[in-house]
Amino acid sequence: MSEIINVQNLVKKYDNNFTAVKNLNLKIRQGEIIALLGPNGAGKTTLISTICGLSSITSGLIKVNGLDVIKDYRKTRELIGLVPQELALEPFEKVINSVKFSRRLFGKKDDNEYIEKLLTKLQLYDKKNNIIKSLSGGMKRRVMIAKALSHNPQILFLDEPTAGVDVELRKDMWSIIKELKNEGVTIILTTHYIEEAEMIADRIGIINHGELLLIEEKRELIKRMSVKTLKVKLKKTLDIIPTKLKKYNLKLIDEGKSFLYHYNTGKERTGITSLLSDMNKIGINLFDIQTEETSLEEIFVKIIKE
Amino acid sequence: MNIRGIHAIYRYEMNRSFRTLIQSLVSPVLSTILYFIVFGAAIGSRMDNISNVSYGAFIVPGLIMLTVQMQSVNNASFGIYFPKFIGTTYELLSAPLSFVEIVIGYVGAATTKAFSIGLIILCTSYLFVDLDIKYPLFMFCFLFITCMTFSLLGFIIGIVSDNFEQLNIVPMLIITPLVFLGGSFYTIDMLPPFWQNFALLNPIVYLISGFRWSFFGVGDVPIFTSIIFMLIFKSICISIIWYIFKTGYKIKN
Repeated sequence: MSEIINVQNLVKKYDNNFTAVKNLNLKIRQGEIIALLGPNGAGKTTLISTICGLSSITSGLIKVNGLDVIKDYRKTRELIGLVPQELALEPFEKVINSVKFSRRLFGKKDDNEYIEKLLTKLQLYDKKNNIIKSLSGGMKRRVMIAKALSHNPQILFLDEPTAGVDVELRKDMWSIIKELKNEGVTIILTTHYIEEAEMIADRIGIINHGELLLIEEKRELIKRMSVKTLKVKLKKTLDIIPTKLKKYNLKLIDEGKSFLYHYNTGKERTGITSLLSDMNKIGINLFDIQTEETSLEEIFVKIIKE
Repeated sequence: MNIRGIHAIYRYEMNRSFRTLIQSLVSPVLSTILYFIVFGAAIGSRMDNISNVSYGAFIVPGLIMLTVQMQSVNNASFGIYFPKFIGTTYELLSAPLSFVEIVIGYVGAATTKAFSIGLIILCTSYLFVDLDIKYPLFMFCFLFITCMTFSLLGFIIGIVSDNFEQLNIVPMLIITPLVFLGGSFYTIDMLPPFWQNFALLNPIVYLISGFRWSFFGVGDVPIFTSIIFMLIFKSICISIIWYIFKTGYKIKN
């Protein structure tokens, strides 16, 4: 996949001297879904704002499709659609007029067929003549997406698209996002919901204190960082871990009825076979075994803490 | 140039006015009719002619100026402040629009609205007074440029305001008194000598004088002074807007 966004050494400092983004480098590939995770105030929204033109850049360079976002702002902005975090809509306007207005701002001719298809896809067609004020929060969120897609952008920024929406709508949003990806749209979303990133992203970036701590393929990240725990229930209780098993760093629990063994799935050998073999050699019989996997959320918390 | 983008803003703003037609159009026209009734018919009938013009006719240019200046400022300031208030400026800033194009869209719509109201008031005034416009072409041009200049001023007020109170402070506490004391209902030479000199510090005097000259061929100050003053005022407004957009003051983070 070719690179569609290239952020080089980006620094964003506010008038009060607060540095929201510190020398950040990021490359985004065409057609991927990238989730930017980070706590509040990490710099996610500021990063999006600088790419989209809402915030000025203190230093560094941002290229979209090989073009500078400042010098060639007309061409780069034509490629981008933005759905901000807040529900910012003209309350007294009709849905259809609001979406058409967004398209016209991008210098595009009216295309009723495209707009109607878009509204249908976002389940807004029946509401097209409704006043925005009368819509539910979820519907307003869809209108925001329709506005961002009204000019056929190649890149879509979604700043916390499912913040404060119910589970059903969140799942609807995910399916919309996946559908857009299938149509070739590159999607960059920021989120607090790890589950969201886990469900839909191809790559995950973690931002904290204005720095990009890591960016990696989701599967690779989970595989690399994931620690599995094997819980072994014993037929007979143990007072202490036998000397022969000390190298496995086992932890006795349940008053000696079970022990825990942590292993990394990213490594070539997990050590489970040799553990079970050593147990057999010294006559410890197992009653049952269970495994638990570290979630992306635990990985995120670990990285942020580090 | 993004002509469709400019047109979108212009059309959106004009539609907003049509949605609130009573507030946008009927209200200023009604207020002006009341001025005509009170100052033109009731008080005016007891007043002497001024520069060989009946008092009722004399106040027409001042009343039009009074209304269009207030309307230009109010329309333009609200036009840009409202998107700021509801957070939709992100759409403008992320669209392929230059700052000049954004200003043309908003100021163009505010100018059109104020100019239309000015013309409606002019037509309405024919119901109350006999009026001959000496330099009609100049009158239209002067009215249009006044609407545009005050719309630029309104745009600045809308950008720098942080709340509705600030949005109303400049029109209510500065522009309204200056317009009322700028010779809408009298000529400057009717004032005592000290106040005559003091009145010349009021920028609105030059605009009302220039507009009145286009109606009757007479004004408080020479017409060239009025034109030069108008151009200076407009240049100042454009410079301030240029600075606002260059620095992103109160627009960009």
